[in-house]
Amino acid sequence: MYTIGIDIGSASSKVVVLRDGCALAAAAAVQTGTGSSGPERAMAQALAQAGVTLEGAAAVVATGYGRMNCPYTDRQFSEISCHAKGIVHLFPQARTIIDIGGQDAKAIQLDDAGMVQQFAMNDKCAAGTGRFLEVMARVMELELPMLQSWHSRARQVAHVSSTCTVFAESEVISLLSAGTPKADIIAGVHKSVASKASGLVYRIGLRETVVMSGGVAQNRGVVQALEEALKVPIQVAPRPQTIGALGAALFAFESVSATS
Amino acid sequence: MAEAVQTTAPSSREMLGYYLNKSYQDAAEGKARGELVCWASSIAPCEFCETMGVHMLYPENHAAAIAAKHGAEEMIQHAEHMGYSVDNCSYARINMAYVDRKHCIAEDMPLPDFVLVCNNICETLIKWYENLAYQLQIPIILIDVPYNYEPEPSEWAIDYIAAQFEHAITQMEEITGKKFDYDRYHEVMQIAAESSYWWTKAMGMASAEPSPLNGFDIFNYMALIVCMRGKTGCRDTFKKLAEELEEKIEKGEAAFKEGEKYRIMWDGIACWPYLSHNYKAMRALGMNMTGSTYPRGWKLDYDKDDIRSMARAYTSVGNNLSLEGQIEMKAEVVRTYNCQGVTYHLNRSCKCMDFLFHEMQTEVARRTGTPYITFDGDQSDPRNFSKAQFETRVQGLAEMMEQRRHQG
Repeated sequence: MYTIGIDIGSASSKVVVLRDGCALAAAAAVQTGTGSSGPERAMAQALAQAGVTLEGAAAVVATGYGRMNCPYTDRQFSEISCHAKGIVHLFPQARTIIDIGGQDAKAIQLDDAGMVQQFAMNDKCAAGTGRFLEVMARVMELELPMLQSWHSRARQVAHVSSTCTVFAESEVISLLSAGTPKADIIAGVHKSVASKASGLVYRIGLRETVVMSGGVAQNRGVVQALEEALKVPIQVAPRPQTIGALGAALFAFESVSATS
Repeated sequence: MAEAVQTTAPSSREMLGYYLNKSYQDAAEGKARGELVCWASSIAPCEFCETMGVHMLYPENHAAAIAAKHGAEEMIQHAEHMGYSVDNCSYARINMAYVDRKHCIAEDMPLPDFVLVCNNICETLIKWYENLAYQLQIPIILIDVPYNYEPEPSEWAIDYIAAQFEHAITQMEEITGKKFDYDRYHEVMQIAAESSYWWTKAMGMASAEPSPLNGFDIFNYMALIVCMRGKTGCRDTFKKLAEELEEKIEKGEAAFKEGEKYRIMWDGIACWPYLSHNYKAMRALGMNMTGSTYPRGWKLDYDKDDIRSMARAYTSVGNNLSLEGQIEMKAEVVRTYNCQGVTYHLNRSCKCMDFLFHEMQTEVARRTGTPYITFDGDQSDPRNFSKAQFETRVQGLAEMMEQRRHQG
């Protein structure tokens, strides 16, 4: 039996196909989100990978910013529950989840049964999210995936504020203009993201084990900065961008199991 | 025959509309006849003005009405162009713009002849009212209510407030040129007490399961207790509402015909520009707001022959309670109204209130075992709210409540 989870984010679309609620049959991510062709393309890729059809799937669950506009399903769960579900499936010992996506950053606290106890999310502000990193990468004329390799070359972490993307962008431009090495600025940008996310974690209370999901978890520089900010090791979920979709696919499986 | 009369009697909702409209109309007509108009903060003592026949209007309520009619952004931008900072309360910005424009999308208010401000609900609104008094060159009556750091108001604070009430009476006599009528004052106090009683009783009926009251109705009905507490129309409306709700409870009629899946407490002021959106997003999840701090907001019980008792009532309103007092008050709302979760509105206009949130949320959750969420918004500045973020958070709350239900 196949179940599908689709996570339609603001910046990307992710689909996970599960076989019998545990084996990963496919995971696809397309870097455009709600309102674009992204969801459709991600779905097509995942179905092709798994060798199944949409009609052949037992259930589909949607999550993410665009979850209410998903044509494949009428069942939706919040990203909070889906990330928690996906992470607990992979890391039963997880007690804190940090998920940083395109325009959301969230910290989720789990109880010993893996249930969501509490969560905190960023306010109406892009600082500390994937969008913040995109803006900074553009200013520095780098592709987003290159940020982490530059980070490893930093000698001194430059100061970049975390209160506002627009002001932080001006700061980065000033630093570039003052001749600050790009690697140092990037380390500063990552520290800025970590400072926002660690604030969310401290708000709900830090409990180990800490696991990170979401697209930004692919950036080792941000993970390192977060480990320094929280002073604990952080595990990164495999294919972190697709954890929300994985959680949705697990919910889809549960819904079928509950009715059968 | 008597029954026939009853069936044609207006509903509480009709009465609400009628009396609200009338309060603005009476003030406008009175002003034209040369009668005095006072603008007052929402839980300022209405008893003095009412006794002296002064028309009272409430800028907070007016700003909320403008915001609910989607006219806030235009007013706010006007105020900001006048130089008022974006960090000022959005009610204040709307009101300052109104003073400049004298016209708005909601009912128009005649400008005041004096203002009455009581800081029992907010410390910073003193500056707003001082600004009004300065700009319009009118008198200001200030009732300065010290914040209660201890669980009970201190005796010196009660003395201080009572003395200010007495001073306010002499100020009123000077402003109106009339002697204060103590007989009428006692009558008004009686009416205000009855209004408070029926308001609290009607709102308290949301504790029934299922609730006969759609929680967002509290936000609508609230306008009347703010604006007309000293008038019989207010008392009669809430008495009528209480009767209607009583009947619904007896018949087992729920506000949510499709079923009330979750009961939550809403903490903070409504997000007026998005009232309908907030309501629909919550109702889609079967979430009814049965608990709020508003029923208690105007529960002003006092002995009408004792001015110190009145002082105690006005200093004991929710926002003026100590942190511990506010925590316990909210925990009590959660318990009384059987709420399974709490939404906290992190209101950009109410920074002092927001600063208490972290401690309050953690402690209310600990005492009641209920999950909570916080969402970013503003009572009337539509720019400070995101629909998608709100929807994600309330869905997250619904899912947490569901999980706990299954966990038992």
